[in-house]
Amino acid sequence: MASIEPMEQFLVRKVVDIPPISVPGLGRIDLSITNSVEFMIISAGLIVAFLLLAAKRELVPGRMQAFAEMLYTMVDGTFTGGIIGDRGRPFLPFIFTLFLFIAIMNYIGLAPLGFTVTSQLAVTVTLSIMTFAVVLVVGFARNGLGFFKLFWPTGMHPAMAAFLSFIELLSFLIRPATLAMRLFGNMLGGHIVMFVFASFVVGLGAFALHGGLASLGILGAALSFAMVVGLVVLELVVAGLQAFVFAALTCIYLNEVVNLDHGH
Amino acid sequence: MDIHAAKAIGAGLAMTGLIGAGAGLGILFGNYLQAAIRNPAAAAGERTYLFIGMALAESMGLFAFVLGLLIYFL
Repeated sequence: MASIEPMEQFLVRKVVDIPPISVPGLGRIDLSITNSVEFMIISAGLIVAFLLLAAKRELVPGRMQAFAEMLYTMVDGTFTGGIIGDRGRPFLPFIFTLFLFIAIMNYIGLAPLGFTVTSQLAVTVTLSIMTFAVVLVVGFARNGLGFFKLFWPTGMHPAMAAFLSFIELLSFLIRPATLAMRLFGNMLGGHIVMFVFASFVVGLGAFALHGGLASLGILGAALSFAMVVGLVVLELVVAGLQAFVFAALTCIYLNEVVNLDHGH
Repeated sequence: MDIHAAKAIGAGLAMTGLIGAGAGLGILFGNYLQAAIRNPAAAAGERTYLFIGMALAESMGLFAFVLGLLIYFL
């Protein structure tokens, strides 16, 4: 029997080979289109196609337009409006894009022959660093040096506040890491567990072919198959939930810097 | 000791971090459900914070999980 490699599904392969390009200051950069890039392009294309088809601006919306409007209202009501408030409206396009992109990438990874782009640490770290950069830029642009008030707890002895502000700073700096790790870990873990149970189906099924007492293995295979079906349902929930959580946490981080002087 | 055996033991021990994540998720959802049954009208409004709390509790377990993977495969 061939060896079962649960990590093999996350291997990045080249699909279209493009010779490396020399960039001054950065050295040679490989711009080949890998399966990771391929599925990112597919998900971005799907989102653009969906929104182009849905945005018909009809007074009585059709199915597509109604769904797009529901998504928009959900992002506006739950994330930017619900967490940040009226000052969050300018960030709606960013949060909407982030939410939709991560959700579609997660769901494509669950489709047969799909590659889970969000199970690549490089992708999730890029997304979380982008979010962190937006928070920093918005924080300094809105509050200037008053941004550092974020770390200074009020109403206590200065020595205690100095100690706590150090912890606050640490917890602020660890945010991009946790944001990236959460998405990466959830996707990676879920897919490995699904793969392991799916390999039990094949392995126990093949073992049952030996006949005799070994044919009881078919029971184990059936049980594993039921488990795989349940896990796929769980992963469908997790895929949407992780996109939701990523967008919601981005909003919470933005809320702290946008409403710094208002105590929202 | 064989290095692969040591790696496997280390990865297995790293997974004990998931105990905390499991307990945390249980407390979180249990308390949410208790509150939601006492006051169903307020339940929908707190659901966003439930999921955020879930993400924060879960991320601690995922750190352990990622650490376990790193120990085993690196």
